[in-house]
Amino acid sequence: MIEAQNITKIYGEMEVLHGVDLSVGEGDIMGIIGPSGSGKSTFLRILDLIEPPDSGDLSLFDVNVVKERDRVVEVRRRMGMLFQKPIVFNTSVYENVALGLKYRHVGKNEIDRSVKELLEEVGLARYLHSNARNLSGGEQQRVSLARVLVTDPEILFLDEPTANLDPKSSKTIERLVTRMNRDRGMTVVMNTHDMLQGQRVAQRIGVMIGGDILQVGSPREIFYAPESTKIANFVGVDNIHDGKVLRREHQITAVEVAGTILYVGESPPEQSDRVKVIFRGEDVTLGIGKTAQTSARNILNGTIAEISDIAPFVHIKVDCGFPVSALVTVRSAEEMDLSEGKPAWVSIKASALHLIAESEESEG
Amino acid sequence: MNEIVQGFIEAIELILSLDPDVIEITVRSLYVSLSATFFASLVALPLGAYIYFNEFRGKRAVINLLQTLYALPTVIVGLAVFLMLSRSGPFGFLGMLFTPQGMIVAQTILIIPLITGLTVSALSGIDREMRYTIISLGSSQLQSIITILREARFAILAAVLLGFGRAIAEVGTVMLIGGNIRGFTRVLTTAIALNTSMGNFSFSIALGIILLGVALVVNVVLNLVQER
Repeated sequence: MIEAQNITKIYGEMEVLHGVDLSVGEGDIMGIIGPSGSGKSTFLRILDLIEPPDSGDLSLFDVNVVKERDRVVEVRRRMGMLFQKPIVFNTSVYENVALGLKYRHVGKNEIDRSVKELLEEVGLARYLHSNARNLSGGEQQRVSLARVLVTDPEILFLDEPTANLDPKSSKTIERLVTRMNRDRGMTVVMNTHDMLQGQRVAQRIGVMIGGDILQVGSPREIFYAPESTKIANFVGVDNIHDGKVLRREHQITAVEVAGTILYVGESPPEQSDRVKVIFRGEDVTLGIGKTAQTSARNILNGTIAEISDIAPFVHIKVDCGFPVSALVTVRSAEEMDLSEGKPAWVSIKASALHLIAESEESEG
Repeated sequence: MNEIVQGFIEAIELILSLDPDVIEITVRSLYVSLSATFFASLVALPLGAYIYFNEFRGKRAVINLLQTLYALPTVIVGLAVFLMLSRSGPFGFLGMLFTPQGMIVAQTILIIPLITGLTVSALSGIDREMRYTIISLGSSQLQSIITILREARFAILAAVLLGFGRAIAEVGTVMLIGGNIRGFTRVLTTAIALNTSMGNFSFSIALGIILLGVALVVNVVLNLVQER
């Protein structure tokens, strides 16, 4: 449905996108995550044909829109985009929502029916005749969403649609988008910097950093098996350590990290025996006193070096010869009466550890 | 001091009694300046839209020039139009010198840069995201332009009102082109100038009050428009 190849975009002297590739199938929900300024919004505007790329190829609905510029309006009318900032026109809510249908020369009765139906869906039917400018930010964003959805787009682009919104409006928007995808098979491409939202809504995620999509995969692959430390850092992996592959035995790879052997439940990268061992803080089990009986392959003893609050969790750094970061709930932390300098043990399942080749890291 | 107070009292009497001279001069002033505003808008609004919607070399310079011309001295426009319309000038055959039509032409030329420049500013007030939204909703190029113009309608109306304000308040071009002929080309500003020089203060004050009244109405409407 969407085939983007080698897309570049240059503003003045600055190249914002450096040859981005992305393929999205019909009915997919694709999330694009990445830090601010990584080029996500520019890329979405190019996909929605708001601005052309400087080079590269783009096919939408099997139409090569770079070559067939005269078909841009026709193709654009099969898509819709919701922007980060709620945009409403200085007119009634009804007129706002009707605009896209008027552009498509839809009949008056059909417009009336569709607009009222959509406003009902977004919970704004009572504001039909109010000036849209007088609504709150969240309500304006729901008007914007209704205005897009009323045109029944086959592809919906969302550019950070719930940033700075109240929880109720965010929830309404997420619910509607996932329902439209399920019921109508609408293809969705969503930019977000909210990684939880990315995991919640998207079936596949692309990570865009510095004007490139570095990895595309399932939320699990992106968050638990990132392909580079750059991605690992961005997706909030707490533990990234230099290691050396020692041996591979029965589906398990033994890796030495700062004199300690860690067992990793995956094959070592082929390029090098120098690796980065990564794992998430929430996959680390922390205990005090006698080491618990556990099936985890990696059990390490150490002392608590640092405790910091990152509500609703507490971040504990344990010195096990190398620092291991664990995330525990506030309640668990209180029950264990944790304090800096106290002896503790950590356990990590082999399947929670992931290896990245050093060479990939330097490329990334 | 007495003279001024007396002048005010007589001026109020002139206005309340609907003095025919006062009414005639006021109506002509409104006719000339409203016509000039209408014709200037016919040129300036599309021109402003054209400048805003198109990218061309020297666009910034054109906008700077327009903004400079906001302060175009009225007597210079008057002189230029006078030379054009005088018997020996290129448009002398039209016979428009010392006619209300000539005055309309001069005021039209005077306020075109102001309305054009302010139209460009009004349209520039439409932010980038809104333009993206309009395009994304599937508008054709013409539909985009219409939507943007409609969205900027209040700011554009303010530009037109400011043009009218400049036209009705100026004295330089109407004096040179109209010649301040009684019963034919005399308008509020030229009548005030003449009557003041003749010491006929009450008449001048009456016309001054009306001119201020017109300015006040424009200002009130402008405020209402800008609140939208």
